[in-house]
Amino acid sequence: MIAEAGLAALWLAAALAALQLALACGLGGDQGRRISTVRALALSQGLLTLFAFGALIFLFLRSDMSVLLVFENSHSQKPWLYKFAGTWGNHEGSMLLWVAVLAVAGAIVALFERRLGERTLSAALGAQAALALGFFAFLLFASNPFERLSPAPLDGRGLNPLLQDPGLAFHPPTLYLGYVGLSVAFSLAVGGLVRSEVGPAIARAMRPWVLGAWILLTLGITAGSYWAYYELGWGGWWFWDPVENASLMPWLAATALLHSINVLAARGGLRAWTMMLALIAFSLSMIGTFLVRSGILTSVHAFAVDPTRGTFILCLLALYIGGALTLFAVRIAHVKEGAPFEIVSREGGLVANNLLLSAILGIVFVGTLYPLIAEASSGEKLSVGAPYFNSVASPLALLLAGLMLIAPQLKWRRDAAPILPRLAPGLLVALAVLITSFILAPQIGWLPRLGLSIGAALLPASLLPLFGRSLRRTPLAVWGMALAHFGVAVAILGMASDSAFTEEKLAVARLGDRIEIGPWLVEFRDVTPVAGPNWSALEAELRASRGLGVTILEPQSRFFAEPPTTTNEAAIDTSWNGQLYAVLGEQDGQGRWQLRLWWKPFVTLIWLGGILIALGGTLALLGRLTRERRQRILGEEAFA
Amino acid sequence: MNRALRFLPLLVLIAFVGAVAWRLSSPADQKIPSKMIGQPVPTFALAPAIPGRQGLSSADFSSGRPRLINVFASWCVPCIAEAPLLTELKHRGLPIDAIAVRDRPEDVAAFIERNGDPFDRIGADPESQVQLALGSSGVPETFVIDGRGVVRYQHMGPIEPGDVAMIVQEWEAAK
Repeated sequence: MIAEAGLAALWLAAALAALQLALACGLGGDQGRRISTVRALALSQGLLTLFAFGALIFLFLRSDMSVLLVFENSHSQKPWLYKFAGTWGNHEGSMLLWVAVLAVAGAIVALFERRLGERTLSAALGAQAALALGFFAFLLFASNPFERLSPAPLDGRGLNPLLQDPGLAFHPPTLYLGYVGLSVAFSLAVGGLVRSEVGPAIARAMRPWVLGAWILLTLGITAGSYWAYYELGWGGWWFWDPVENASLMPWLAATALLHSINVLAARGGLRAWTMMLALIAFSLSMIGTFLVRSGILTSVHAFAVDPTRGTFILCLLALYIGGALTLFAVRIAHVKEGAPFEIVSREGGLVANNLLLSAILGIVFVGTLYPLIAEASSGEKLSVGAPYFNSVASPLALLLAGLMLIAPQLKWRRDAAPILPRLAPGLLVALAVLITSFILAPQIGWLPRLGLSIGAALLPASLLPLFGRSLRRTPLAVWGMALAHFGVAVAILGMASDSAFTEEKLAVARLGDRIEIGPWLVEFRDVTPVAGPNWSALEAELRASRGLGVTILEPQSRFFAEPPTTTNEAAIDTSWNGQLYAVLGEQDGQGRWQLRLWWKPFVTLIWLGGILIALGGTLALLGRLTRERRQRILGEEAFA
Repeated sequence: MNRALRFLPLLVLIAFVGAVAWRLSSPADQKIPSKMIGQPVPTFALAPAIPGRQGLSSADFSSGRPRLINVFASWCVPCIAEAPLLTELKHRGLPIDAIAVRDRPEDVAAFIERNGDPFDRIGADPESQVQLALGSSGVPETFVIDGRGVVRYQHMGPIEPGDVAMIVQEWEAAK
């Protein structure tokens, strides 16, 4: 009964989306474009989809095995948290989550958006309904999550322990919320282009959504990176895997959008460019999800999907993105350009930021899709690896960081004051670090060395915009910007330190052997068998000591019976100045074991930086929302 | 904004959709051919997989006559399926050597007993080292090696009836 109710809610929501789209196209005349009509439609659509998603969660929690999806992906013995998270841990459920977030976002825009004209808002919500409609159709015709199974089996099949990780339970929804938050920017851009109303109002309406989505994407990517670091046991924190790139590309576009949107909101400039970015950011989210879910690109995360589904989603993508880009190409000539500015100005800095981010985005896009294109054109099989991305993207990223030393301090429109005094603190720090690094560590590569210098320079420079103003009256958004830029500095320092100073030892050791790595002396004490629920493991006991500090590391080599696999569970000891990372490898014939040890100074700064960036975003978002609220209240009082 | 530039993102999208549509219509061929093709076989010397028989070493491939190497294992079910076809190749005059991967002597002997023995020499490769050096990632696989010891062709997966003619052809071409 619950399953049927959920399905019925989905059909109803789809019908309402179709109606909303038709009204936005003008089929209901002016009456149909009234904001009250649109609002009611968007709200009921959001509630119905939310109900459908709630119904699926309920079925999973109750382990209703008469539903095919529950049978295939759940098991009555699973802890409730994983039953709950299992709802979106599969294709159909994740698509339902996607469309639920899409519809709820539409409802929130309809209810709370006050900055836009009625016609523009109705057009934007029409675009949002069109997006939702396609995904409703995809769910209903090609991947129905509520399909029944008769007779109902006794228990489910999904007891895969590898997926029972709290991180995996919440990683996908975080990224999805981020992706779909960008859908609002997409719809608002479409609405603005249709109505030729591209200006500061659209930018202010978009800004909280872009900020919110960007915060979630930042957190999602940071968490995903740490998961790969401790789970895969390769000691790396970014592998340029297609799936990682699929989440990085929307983030890069959203970061560019986040900056250009400020120019549009504050000065009315960069109109065409900002609209383009808003379209691109969500398009890349859709493309990324599609690539991940379709198995088009070979990746550790990919799983095969049948060609019907692949074709269906590809048609949706072509229709939405193609439609939006055509609209852009045709309508953008009607958009007036905003206020002019000089090269040395806040706008100029933001334009440079956007160009650099777009260049990095292009590099990642080409590198990710190149294997596909090469095989299509010449039949040659190849993969594009980390060396390409690192050598091409890193210098640009450092250039971008260099720009951050000065750009946030520039004035809008025109900045005639001398640059050098404002650049001096950063430059001095950079120079000091550069010289020190040449003396103390002459052997490190030029990229990490530059990274260390620029990262260190950015620490004080990112706080300079707070100088010389009353801190109590500084808007939260400025605090947020300073904190986020500080986070970038911290993350760059972590990355540079990791690539400059990491020590790696691959040892073949007998029990009792001692290995020196970094400041640590590691003693190989013991190997003991351990048993888990469906795996058995060999666990090494490593006693690591430095000075008076002693810590025990217990890396495992785990064997799973079904399917027969071996995984390495790394053991990590975190201290204030770095991480000691140990992996137990195979045994050779003569009682010796492969041990892999890394000493990674300050590697944790990478993820700390990611968290600081997201926190900065949160401050900015709070600041924008409260400030606008206050202004609106003031405005209404002025009218009264 | 420049008129041509406005349509650029659309063009990128069309290229993307084209590439993906192509991939959807011709599902990925997961086989990655060995980099060893055109290269001399790696140097190796394997002990016999069955006591009393000949082992296999890279020196056996400089006889001037092209030979096949069949990489197999007694625990591999597709290997049983392709065994009669290996025997047929043998009857057609193709000399075949084998590498038994991660196997035990008694199991290899039982396998030969049951499924026929088209092999001149069988080397034991308990750690898959030679298999990996040849660029083979699974069992069964069959290589054509020419008379100077150069790898000429790699067949991944079991030989099926339709493949026999092609393998004979590759072998003829390696002469």
